[in-house]
Amino acid sequence: MTAPGQEPPLLRLRGITKRFGSLVANDAIDLDLAQGEILALLGENGAGKTTLMSILFGHYVADAGTIEVMGADGAPQPLPPGSARAALAAGIGMVHQHFTLAMNHSVLDNVILGTERLWSWRQDLAAARAKLAALIETTGLAVPMDARVGSLSIGEQQRVELLKALYRSARVLILDEPTAVLTPQQSALLFTTLRRLAEGGLGIIFISHKLEEVLSLARRVAVLRHGRKVLEVAATGTDKARLAHAMVDRPVELPKAEPQPVGAPALELEGVHVAPAAGVEPLVDVDLTLHAGEIVGIAGVSGNGQRSLAGLVAGTLLPDRGRLRLAGAAWPQGGPKALIAEGVGRIPEDRHRQGVVGDMTIWENLALEGYDAPACRRFGLLDLASFRRRAQALRKRYDIRGGGSETPARLLSGGNMQKLILARVLERGPRLILAAQPTRGLDIGALAEVHRHLLEARARGAAILLISEDLDELMQLADRVAVLYRGRLGPARPRAEIELARLGLEMAGQGPAGADAA
Amino acid sequence: MDVLDILLQASFWAATLRIATPLIFGTLGELICERAGVLNLGIEGIMTIGAMSGWLFVYLGVDLWTGILLAAMIGAAFGLLHGILTVPLGLSQHVTGIGITLLASSLAYFTYRVLLPDVATPPRIEPFQPWAPDWLLAVPFLGPVAGQQTALTWLALVLVPLLTWVLYRTPLGLALRTCGENPVAAEAQGLDVYAIRIGAIMAGSALMAVGGAFLTLSAFNAFFFEMVSGRGWICIALVVFASWIPWKALLGALLFGAFDAFQVRLQQMMGGAVPYQLFLMLPYVMSILALVVMARRAAYPQALMRAYVKGQR
Ligand SMILES: Nc1ncnc2c1ncn2[C@@H]1O[C@H](COP(=O)(O)OP(=O)(O)OP(=O)(O)O)[C@@H](O)[C@H]1O
Ligand SMILES: [Mg+2]
Repeated sequence: MTAPGQEPPLLRLRGITKRFGSLVANDAIDLDLAQGEILALLGENGAGKTTLMSILFGHYVADAGTIEVMGADGAPQPLPPGSARAALAAGIGMVHQHFTLAMNHSVLDNVILGTERLWSWRQDLAAARAKLAALIETTGLAVPMDARVGSLSIGEQQRVELLKALYRSARVLILDEPTAVLTPQQSALLFTTLRRLAEGGLGIIFISHKLEEVLSLARRVAVLRHGRKVLEVAATGTDKARLAHAMVDRPVELPKAEPQPVGAPALELEGVHVAPAAGVEPLVDVDLTLHAGEIVGIAGVSGNGQRSLAGLVAGTLLPDRGRLRLAGAAWPQGGPKALIAEGVGRIPEDRHRQGVVGDMTIWENLALEGYDAPACRRFGLLDLASFRRRAQALRKRYDIRGGGSETPARLLSGGNMQKLILARVLERGPRLILAAQPTRGLDIGALAEVHRHLLEARARGAAILLISEDLDELMQLADRVAVLYRGRLGPARPRAEIELARLGLEMAGQGPAGADAA
Repeated sequence: MDVLDILLQASFWAATLRIATPLIFGTLGELICERAGVLNLGIEGIMTIGAMSGWLFVYLGVDLWTGILLAAMIGAAFGLLHGILTVPLGLSQHVTGIGITLLASSLAYFTYRVLLPDVATPPRIEPFQPWAPDWLLAVPFLGPVAGQQTALTWLALVLVPLLTWVLYRTPLGLALRTCGENPVAAEAQGLDVYAIRIGAIMAGSALMAVGGAFLTLSAFNAFFFEMVSGRGWICIALVVFASWIPWKALLGALLFGAFDAFQVRLQQMMGGAVPYQLFLMLPYVMSILALVVMARRAAYPQALMRAYVKGQR
C-alpha cells in the first residue's frame, strides 16, 4: 500500500461505522495519521468526532471497520476493539473533552494510576516521581506533582491529562476540544507544546471548533458531517470560509453588532459584595450599569466570580452588601420566579444541568417558564394542546433540530439545546438577558445562530449581560467590555478602545482590574 | 462506685473491645465497598448469615478458623450478587442492598429452622478462647484487658493498619479509590472498573460476614434470631463518622463500644431509678451526635452511589 519513500501511517482507520439506535454517528470513516503529524478533526456538534475518537480509545465498540496501529517494529497491528487498556498499550493517549481526572487525588496519583502491576504490596513512588519530574522538565508542562488535582486551574488540569498520556510513552495523542476551556494565553502555550511534541515524532489528532487555531496548528484537516468524512485537505490549501462551509454545508456568516443608541439603565449594581463560602465565588465591590439596547461583556477566566455574578442576576443568590436595581426600580423580591415575571431572561452557563430538564420533552422544557400564565389554561387546567402547538412553532422559528416535540431534551446536541433555551427565553420578550458562556462548545453554525438571536434581542431594546471566556465573541457582540478578576470588576470600556492583547493580560491579573487585587 | 470508677475497671475496657470487634469488621467491610463507589446496605443481612453459617459449620464439626473462612466465603458470595446487580446492571444500590439484607437474613433463619426444627434451647459450640501474647499479659492494666480477648479481636485490630496500607500504599488501593472518585478516570487509564468494584464489594462483604461470625463463635456460643440487631446499620453510620478513613473507623467502633459498655454499668449503678431503655438508647444517641459533628465536613467518595455504565454518556 505504502508508496516507496513515504512513511507508513502510524494509525489507520478503515470503514469505521457506529450506530446509536437509528442514528448513524460514524459512517464508514477512513482516516490516516502519520508520525509527527498534527491532524485537525472538525465538524458540527453531533457530527461524530468524539464518537470516532472514543472508538479509537476503546470506550465504544464500532459496528464495523478496523483500526491498525503501527507496532514498535514498524509493522501495522490490528487494535482489539472496546478496550482502553489495549489502546493504551498500543501507545494511544487521549485527552477527553470532559476531563477524566480524580479530583481528590494528587497529580502524581492520577498520572501513575494503572501504570503499575495491580497486585503488588507497594508502589515505587520514588521512581515514578523521578520519571514524572523528568517528563515535566522535557515537555515544559509545569504542574505541582503533589497538589490535589481539584485545586488546580483548568489549564493545569489539562496539563495533567497530557502528562498522563505522555507518561505512558504515547505515540498517538488525541485531544478532544482541548482549548474550549483555555484562555488565549493558555492555548498559545498548549500549541507550543504540541508543536514540540509533534517534532519529536508524536502523531496528534486535534478536535476544535475554533477555525483560526486549527489552521495555525494543523498540517491536515478532516471534516465530518453527519458522521461522514466530507473533506480532507492540507491546512495550507484551505481557509476558514471553506472549512465552515464544509462543516455545515452552507455558507456561514457571523453577524456583527451595529452601533445603536442605548436607553435607560436596565440593570444597576452598586457596591455589590458576595462573601466567599463553600461553592460560592466571592465578588468585591462590583459596580456596573447596563442600559437597554446594550450588550456588556464580562471577560475573564471562569472561577473569578462569574458564577456569583450570574447567580445574582438570575435570582439564585443575594448580595451580602450593596444593591441591585432592575430598570430603575428596587430589585424584585421572591427569587427567580419574580425575576422572570419582571422580564429577566436567563441563559445559564451549565445548559445540561440548569438550562433544561433532561428527561422532560422538548415541549415541556419550552413551557417551563410560562406555564402558569392564564392564557395557558383551559377550565383551570393546563392546556397541553396549546403547549404542543407553541413548541411546534418555536422549533421551526429557532431551528431546533434533532428530534420532535416529544423527544427528551437530554438527547439534543449542545447547539440545539442552546437554541431551545434561547427560544424559551426570547419568546417572553425579556428586557434584561443574562447570557453566561452562551456558545461554549458550540460549532460555528450554532454559534452564528446564537449571536444572531442575541443581537436581535438587543435591537429590540433588551439589555444583555454577556459573560464569556471567548474574546472573539466579546469583541463581536459587546458594546462595552469589563474584566472580572478575583471577584473585582474593572471598568466597562467601549469596544473601540479595547486591545485584544491587553484584555488577555488583564484576564490573567496583569492589568488595572487585577492590580489592586494582587 | 461512680463514673470514674467505671472507667478504671479493666472489665469495662475489655467489654468495649469485645463490643467493638464486630463493628470494626463491619465498618471496614462497608468502607471498602464505599471507597470503590458502592453503598452496601446488604451489611445487616450479610452479618446475620455470617453469624449463622459460621456457627453452623462449627456445629457440624469443622474447626473454628475453617468456620470463619467459610462464613467469609458465603459473605463474599452475597457480595458478588450485590455487585452483579449494582455494578454492570447499574440497579439502585439502596434497593438492591435492602433486598440483600432481607434475602440473607431470611435465608439464615430459614436454614437454621430447617436444619434444627425442634430444639428449644439453641445448641452450643465451643467458641474461641481468650488469647493474648505473653508480653502483653504482663503489662499492668492492659494485661487484664487483653487477657479477655480472642484472636478475632486481634485480627480486627491488625486489619486497620493493613487496610490503610492497601488503600494508600498499593496500586490496587489507588485503583479502588479512583473507582469511587471517578470511574471514568479509572477506565481511561485502562483499569477494569467492573472487576475492581465487584472485587471490592466481595472483599468488604467477606469482612462483614466475619464480623457476624464473631458474634456466634467468640462473643457467644450459639446462634439466636435477631442477634445482629442493627449492628450493620451502625456500621453504615460509622463509615460516615470515619470520613471513609480506616483508623477513624476503628475510633468510631471503639467509641460506640465504650458507650455500650458504659451504659450497662451505669444501669447497674442507677438501679431502677431510670427506665433502662434510656440507657439502651445512649450509644445510639451518642453516635448520632458524633455523626452530626464529624459528617458535616466529611469528604465522601465523589462517585459513591453513582452507577458507571460503560459506553454511555
Ligand atoms: N452513548 C450514546 N448514546 C446515544 N447517542 C449517542 C451516544 N454518544 C453519542 N451519541 C450521539 O451521536 C452523535 C455524535 O456525537 P458526538 O459526541 O460524537 O459528537 P461530536 O462531533 O463530538 O459533537 P460536539 O462537537 O458537540 O462534541 C450525536 O448525535 C450524539 O447525540
Ligand atoms: Mg465531542
